[in-house]
Amino acid sequence: MTELNYTIKDFKSENEVRWCPGCGDYAIMNAVQRTMADMNVPQEQFAVISGIGCSSRFPYYMSTFGFHSIHGRATAIASGVKCANPDLNVWVITGDGDSMAIGGNHFIHLVRRNIDLNVILFNNKIYGLTKGQYSPTTDRGFITKTSPFGTVEDPFVPGQLVLGSGGSFFARAVDSNVKHNQQVFAEAAKHKGTSIVEVLQNCVIFNDGIHEQIADPKHRAERQLFLEHGKPMIFGKENEKGLVLECGRLKVVTIGENGVTQDDILVHDAKQVDLSIHMQLIQMSLPEFPIAMGVIRAVEAPVYDEELVKQVEEVTANRKVNSMDELLCSGNTWEVNEPNSSEPVPFFKKKCPIS
Amino acid sequence: MKDTKVIELEEVSIRFSGDSGDGMQLTGTLFSDATALFGNDISTFPDYPSEIRAPQGTVGGVSGFQVQFGHKEVNTPGDDAHVLIAMNPAAVKANARFIRPGGTIIYDVDSFSQKNLDKAKFSTQDPFAELNLEDYEKIPVPITSLTRESLKDFGMDNKSVLRSKNMFALGFICWMFGRPMDYIENFIKTKFAKKPVVVESNLKVLHSGYNYGMNMQHMTPRYLVDAAAIEKGTYRNINGNQATAWGFLAAAEKAGRNLFLGSYPITPATDVLTALAARRDLGVKTFQAEDEIAGICTAIGAAFAGDLAVTSTSGPGLALKSEALGLSVMAELPLVVVNVQRGGPSTGLPTKTEQSDLLQTLYGRNGESPVVVIAASTPSDCFYYAYLACKIALERMVPVVLLTDGFLGNGSEPWRIPAMSELPEIKPRIAKDSSSFKAYKRDAETLAREWAFPGMAGFQHRIGGLEKNVEGAVSHDPENHQENCAIREEKVQKVVGMLPELEVFGDEDGGDVLVVSWGGTYGHTVSAVRELRKDGKNVSLAHFNFIKPLPANTREVFSKYKKIVVCELNLGQFVAYLRDRVPGFEYHQVNKLKGLPFTVTELKENIEKLLED
Repeated sequence: MTELNYTIKDFKSENEVRWCPGCGDYAIMNAVQRTMADMNVPQEQFAVISGIGCSSRFPYYMSTFGFHSIHGRATAIASGVKCANPDLNVWVITGDGDSMAIGGNHFIHLVRRNIDLNVILFNNKIYGLTKGQYSPTTDRGFITKTSPFGTVEDPFVPGQLVLGSGGSFFARAVDSNVKHNQQVFAEAAKHKGTSIVEVLQNCVIFNDGIHEQIADPKHRAERQLFLEHGKPMIFGKENEKGLVLECGRLKVVTIGENGVTQDDILVHDAKQVDLSIHMQLIQMSLPEFPIAMGVIRAVEAPVYDEELVKQVEEVTANRKVNSMDELLCSGNTWEVNEPNSSEPVPFFKKKCPIS
Repeated sequence: MKDTKVIELEEVSIRFSGDSGDGMQLTGTLFSDATALFGNDISTFPDYPSEIRAPQGTVGGVSGFQVQFGHKEVNTPGDDAHVLIAMNPAAVKANARFIRPGGTIIYDVDSFSQKNLDKAKFSTQDPFAELNLEDYEKIPVPITSLTRESLKDFGMDNKSVLRSKNMFALGFICWMFGRPMDYIENFIKTKFAKKPVVVESNLKVLHSGYNYGMNMQHMTPRYLVDAAAIEKGTYRNINGNQATAWGFLAAAEKAGRNLFLGSYPITPATDVLTALAARRDLGVKTFQAEDEIAGICTAIGAAFAGDLAVTSTSGPGLALKSEALGLSVMAELPLVVVNVQRGGPSTGLPTKTEQSDLLQTLYGRNGESPVVVIAASTPSDCFYYAYLACKIALERMVPVVLLTDGFLGNGSEPWRIPAMSELPEIKPRIAKDSSSFKAYKRDAETLAREWAFPGMAGFQHRIGGLEKNVEGAVSHDPENHQENCAIREEKVQKVVGMLPELEVFGDEDGGDVLVVSWGGTYGHTVSAVRELRKDGKNVSLAHFNFIKPLPANTREVFSKYKKIVVCELNLGQFVAYLRDRVPGFEYHQVNKLKGLPFTVTELKENIEKLLED
């Protein structure tokens, strides 16, 4: 294959980017554009589909084919795009309101079907475009304009929803960590099936600092566990901490203490079909645990669009009906040729003269 | 209770068949007499084996009774039966050659045991395939077990119970053809006057059969009548939903695009999905979505990606699709929505027919959101209007809603099979020159934009639900929005150039009364007008298949008649639209909302009243 040698510029559109200064979306888009440039896929093969929300303006800022659709439906529309043309490289840009609230149904069914789409879920735990209402990922008790006394409901954890829907790929990243985003997006793009990447994104206006406890680079080493398939689950400033499995539960240990050695640390297996460890990784929260970052799950599973194409090919190969003319005349038919029967006149000449 | 779904039948023939001991002759006679008393002309043909008691379950032991009836003169019992009632496998075998191609077979599924298949000398498990009856309408009814269930409290012996099976079949057929049962009830009461248990049990089973039919009516086929002098050609039976599905397939083949259907099951539209799901062999991609919204959204995605994209639904589903339909208006993608209308509002009457989604279709979206609206008028012409809907969508880059209804969708009629070469070309507006391509650059004549989809190098562009300028960039410019709203409406109106003019059945130069109807009521309105004209009445018919845009000569046609009466199965939706779009006329109305088609009689009465006034 010839090298296409794209740069990030090849994926930027002429449209002025209009997110708020300091918005986490800029960094995410930057990472997406870099990822695409590195993929060596002809630029016209990319389609970027979004719903409604701040992040969903994304397609306008890309020079690829793009479709800015309606609230919650990007996953459904992208499913149609990919099924119609499985050769395309289809990305979905969505937010926590778009995909977890109004589009929740399409989201879980996309994951269940495992259509080969790359979904980037911008999770800022707030409705930004409508100016600051709580979302399905807002923490219990959080005060917003529509919850002046605090919410009385629990949030969705996107990863739980993905695993609960039979998801084959789930990853997590922080908006400002462009390099890590890029790695994760590249893995998502490589994965066959629905790839869900939750990016913890900062809304600088309506929910500033919501992920700061996790995202702050000062605490990154202590509070984020960067998972890599086949590598031990180690974190900490000195790489001194790790996760072990005790009675089936994850536990943070310090290497060198209580006889724990590096060999005792759990090795990440993203390809493990069993959900239990992946689920525990997704559910880890501060302060007891670090937050799991990177590709948590990437298992092989039948891919809807591939299966669809395969089925069409198989059925077509053994077909008895090859064309519309044959289909129309298949089954029970009879001839009319009576002395008083008239010559047939095509419908579109008779009742409905359309050229 | 008279089932008006079959009032249009000119003639129908039914053949009852079973073991000689099954009481088929009595069943057939009772049905015929009830029918004659009902006011139909009849002709019957008993056909029984020479042996009084041939071996049970064998072909030689099959006894049959055929009756043909109609509301005109009936001179023969009919060459072939429209409907066969078969009490066992042998009855199917003995009568296979007497059923019309594509006819209906109602059979006692309980009797299709290995033992009975052997007795009838079938060599496989599929007697229908063995007799080449695959494409016949087959209605399995558990007659034996339902009869047994019905009589479980009577304490009768098995033999007596089985003897009552024929009453179940009779009750079922009475429902199917809307026969009143009082004559039959009286007969039973008189004949078995001295045996009250027999009277009670027979009446019980008779009503069980009738009620079973009523409860299972969505399975029941309806027959429309062939025209008298028909065209030469090869014919098949086809129902409206299958015709719709095949119309989409034909359009895809003609346009050279793959067909994609995004759909969610809903009565009475599900059979469109079913018919297309069966056609993977022709490359169709059907996507059974998680809901109605995903049904249309996947279709919109497929349209964006270059497929001929369709979604099928019924009223409540169209309501759910409305926001996304607005997106396809804004994005200006080719999309076809078929709405097989049913009784509403809300869940309404899912298995019944109605025309009450017209205003929803025309106006049921936020913003100024014009779509092309067309309506089919008979089960078989659903094929052509589905085809045309696709042609319009692909050539004009506009969403098209095709309205059919439960009556058309489930109704079937004989249809002359067209050759694909009879159908007009479909030329999708696929963009060719990337240097001049702009997302919303339009053809000066038709106002249609060009279609460029992902994968086409050099045509990269963005579309979406926000208002755009010609380049496809978001625009909040007030002038631009006003202009685009006008353009989108004008683009729909320009479709009139593709359409035929409104035709008049009757006196084209004008007259006393013009009957106006649209969509699935055609069979009834044309029959009423035909009969009135035979009676010397000055009545003509203008039937609409094109709602938006209206045919160019609509006003001209209307202006030639003294009175106009608009007949529709709603409270006056088309007439409201006509008052708005073609003002200046006094529109009279005939409206019906019973979940049933018009009857010719009630139409005639209403029109006659208007003639007298």
